[in-house]
Amino acid sequence: MNFWIIQGLNGLAFGSLLFILASGFSLIFGLMRIVNLSHGAYFMLGAYVGLSAIEAGANFWVAILLGGIAICVLGTLIERFVLRRLNGQPLAQVLVTLGIAFIIADACVWIWTGDPRPVPMPAELTGAFRVAQLAFPIYRLFVIGVAFALAAALWFLLERSRLGAMIRAGVDDLAMARAMGIRTSLLFSAVFCLGSALAGAGGVLAGPILSVYPGLDTDMLPLALVVVILGGVGSLLGAFVGSLIIGFIYSYGQALFPDLAYVILFLPMVLVLTLRPTGLFGRQAI
Amino acid sequence: MRTPTFNWVLWLLGLAALLALPWLVTSEYYINIASQIVIAAILALSLNLLIGFGGMISLGHAAYLGVSAYLAIYMTAHAGFGQLSGALIAIGSTTALAMLFGYLSLRASGLGFLMITLALGQILWGIAYRWASLTGGDNGLGGMKRPHPFGLDLTHPAIFYYFVLFFLGLALWCIARFIQSGLGQSLQGTRDQPRRMRALGYNVWLIQWLSFVFAGFWGAVAGLLYAYYHQFVSPQALHLTTSAETLLMVIAGGTGTLFGPVVGAALVVILKNVVSAYITRWLILLGAIFVAIVLFMPEGLLPGLAAWIHRLKECLHGDKKTTGVSAITKDRV
Amino acid sequence: MMRSSVLVSAAVATLLVSASLVEAADNGPLKVGFLTVRSGALAAGGRQMEEGLKLCIDEHHGEMAGRKIEVITADTAGQPAVTKTKAQELVERDGAQVLIGPLAAFEALAIDDYIRQTKTPIISPSAAAEDLTQRKLNPWFVRAVGTSAQPYHPFGEYAAKELHYKKIAIIADDFAFGHEIAAGFQRMFEQNGGKIVQKLWSPLNTAEYGTYITQIDPSVDAVFAAFAGGNGIKFLSEYKNYGMQKPVLGSMTTVDEGILKRMGDEALGVISAGWYSAATDTPTNKKFVAAMRKAYGADPGYYSVGAYMACQFLNNALEQVKSDTSNKEAFMKALRNVNITDSPYGPVKIDKYGQPILDITIRNVEKKDGRLQNVVIKTYPSVSQFWTYGAEEFLKSPVYSRDWTPAK
Repeated sequence: MNFWIIQGLNGLAFGSLLFILASGFSLIFGLMRIVNLSHGAYFMLGAYVGLSAIEAGANFWVAILLGGIAICVLGTLIERFVLRRLNGQPLAQVLVTLGIAFIIADACVWIWTGDPRPVPMPAELTGAFRVAQLAFPIYRLFVIGVAFALAAALWFLLERSRLGAMIRAGVDDLAMARAMGIRTSLLFSAVFCLGSALAGAGGVLAGPILSVYPGLDTDMLPLALVVVILGGVGSLLGAFVGSLIIGFIYSYGQALFPDLAYVILFLPMVLVLTLRPTGLFGRQAI
Repeated sequence: MRTPTFNWVLWLLGLAALLALPWLVTSEYYINIASQIVIAAILALSLNLLIGFGGMISLGHAAYLGVSAYLAIYMTAHAGFGQLSGALIAIGSTTALAMLFGYLSLRASGLGFLMITLALGQILWGIAYRWASLTGGDNGLGGMKRPHPFGLDLTHPAIFYYFVLFFLGLALWCIARFIQSGLGQSLQGTRDQPRRMRALGYNVWLIQWLSFVFAGFWGAVAGLLYAYYHQFVSPQALHLTTSAETLLMVIAGGTGTLFGPVVGAALVVILKNVVSAYITRWLILLGAIFVAIVLFMPEGLLPGLAAWIHRLKECLHGDKKTTGVSAITKDRV
Repeated sequence: MMRSSVLVSAAVATLLVSASLVEAADNGPLKVGFLTVRSGALAAGGRQMEEGLKLCIDEHHGEMAGRKIEVITADTAGQPAVTKTKAQELVERDGAQVLIGPLAAFEALAIDDYIRQTKTPIISPSAAAEDLTQRKLNPWFVRAVGTSAQPYHPFGEYAAKELHYKKIAIIADDFAFGHEIAAGFQRMFEQNGGKIVQKLWSPLNTAEYGTYITQIDPSVDAVFAAFAGGNGIKFLSEYKNYGMQKPVLGSMTTVDEGILKRMGDEALGVISAGWYSAATDTPTNKKFVAAMRKAYGADPGYYSVGAYMACQFLNNALEQVKSDTSNKEAFMKALRNVNITDSPYGPVKIDKYGQPILDITIRNVEKKDGRLQNVVIKTYPSVSQFWTYGAEEFLKSPVYSRDWTPAK
């Protein structure tokens, strides 16, 4: 029984991390049809920025903020000066993000030397929370809380705010949204900034668990892809449920079928895509 | 328009340069680099069949290179098969794998297709890594001996170069024939006008599937040559970065052209192996070149340069010709 | 489209023509080809190797046995296919007469055939795969580090006999290095009455270890954790955050000095084994550590000392042949005959398989001088890769692997 509870919590915590990673990716994907293959690199770069901030004396919360802001700025610049030039050519945009991912990854080795480095955890969140025989890290409980709060905030933003209404209009029918006088260029920048910031801040937040190292980007990018494919494109609910499902598959799967550890995340993706190309919650095929 | 005689001269010159290469360079090192370019070019050509002519972006093309190389080495060096039977098993089984992967991937199109190919590639990588008793795990699989077909000593770099060059020529010829064939024409039709093709009664799925298998076959050939060249294979050959690099070759060189991928392969192989000796941060350079090509020469290096030359000639002769549109500039997602 | 063929061939030809073959004269400087990693996931180890090598060359003022040493560095990117091309570049184009490198075992294996073909002496500063000096002997290969399992035979004995552990769970990186470490440890631990009750293999790119940590059998006396790269950092901090109380035994690389500097209190009390500790209290090592700290601000670890020692091996061999490398066989024989009485490792001799016989230390992570250090608590002198078995008996059994189980 303990096994199922503790691995369930593990899955929930990992799924939460994935949601923080994938929500921004899904947002950008949904509105702009850009498969941002730099998303993993943004995540890693954000973690490095946060780490440097902490080493320069900032506290953890400021570091998260700085990681988010830095990547928002970078993302917005890339969106304005690179992606926008390729407007209407989603494929070229995808490819350009691949090139940018190469550049960011190598630049990180250059600047931060390639040493694997943990992001220090805030002191008040270290240690384990104990109930009966179970022990679970407090920080992971905190990450689960953050993910649910983020999901609620994003839901509110998308469903209840004016910006959200514009984004939803854009996701559903871009031409129509334009015709109705929504300034899509500004909207795109805002969404790209938000999505990038989520990746950057998420990198810092995940840092104490994942640590930062060259290759973090390519480790995380396929996970974001899997979540979004499984959940469905541009669907917040899809990204949320997809993250949790992947989290559970990851924890139970690795424990129950250790021989499948390497493929456990990709088998469901192939299954879903071949059986239901729209993903679980998406309205359109990708 | 170009005059045929002029083209013949160009062809012969190009062929002569490629054939004379072992005499032009002074170190075997450069012959080996050329052999690697040729092998990478065959892989890129096969991927270009999907991307350039079929509009199907695959991020899992390393699968065919890796599986074929693993099979070739395992069969000949560890399972006791002869060189010929080993080669046939490697290419045959890999092509069969392409049939299966094609069946799965073509359930989706556009980005879905890209994702399935990526996932299938990751699964193969995981298997190669985990199934250590068969694949040697991360230590890889070695022990391959280069064959001696028709008494040719392939351990000699120049002879090996001619050997792979022959396959590149064969691949170019076959792919050129394929593109001009009915099937190739209809494949390009499905790329440009899938709905119309369907309405005209074409079996779009079958056309794409056959092309996918054909591409897988040439990927397998590249894998076999890769095994002969390196005499070693490890999970790296199946890794996502290998797929991404191959994609880069195709995009950089020029999708939908016959020779573009060859130029792209040369670019990537030279950057990675030669330029990296002089520029430590060669990966940044590779990324930057790639971004620049997509931004400023979206049709790829080769057509881009050709267009420039053409424009130059236009200025001289007042000749007019419109350049084609490449696959990646079209809204196909 | 026709025009393109010329563009292709012209481009290839111009790029390739610009070559010039360097003929190495034997009275000129000795060209040492150095295969390291500067890009990709293994870049940290590659940088440390470069630092160790540079320090050694500088200590010798760029000259060994009266001959100038010229180091030519190549970046393999940690990819086997590139490693082979880089080896060719160093040997064929740049005229390297001896190679130091590469970093990873799979890289070393990828160029194994090439080394045999070209008969190029190669000194491995890092790759620890057992079979390179056991069942897949290469006459041109000599290693300047231990084999994967070399320290864990004595460590298994130590865990059973001196720590009195009865039941241990192993968690290790799921690749050959991890398999070999675990098997060596298991063999001697069980030989001495202990029992490995559980083996968990986590993929090298495991995102988080929670899933594995929570599977650890609560009845064990201790956990043996064998990790490479940065995984030790992740594992140990999560281990603590999961409130785990059982003592942790580590591989040399789990608490390597290269990553120990990034760890916190969670590493305290981890007992490990290895062929080197920066805290080894000998004058030679103190001098070496002080020089490394002065030049690079950090304690030397696995990679830096490996490359440093590879370079010392080269020096020792060159002194034996009086810097004359014209007879490759004689030079190789000298490399395989390296005998250093005093080094950061302690005394080093080479067995007839090209593998050093080394002092293995048992170390405990303690905070000393304001930083974490692997303080030596016991030394097993002159440990062979075959432990006490003798080569023939040892080589009868297959190489250590994931599924290896000791013969009952």
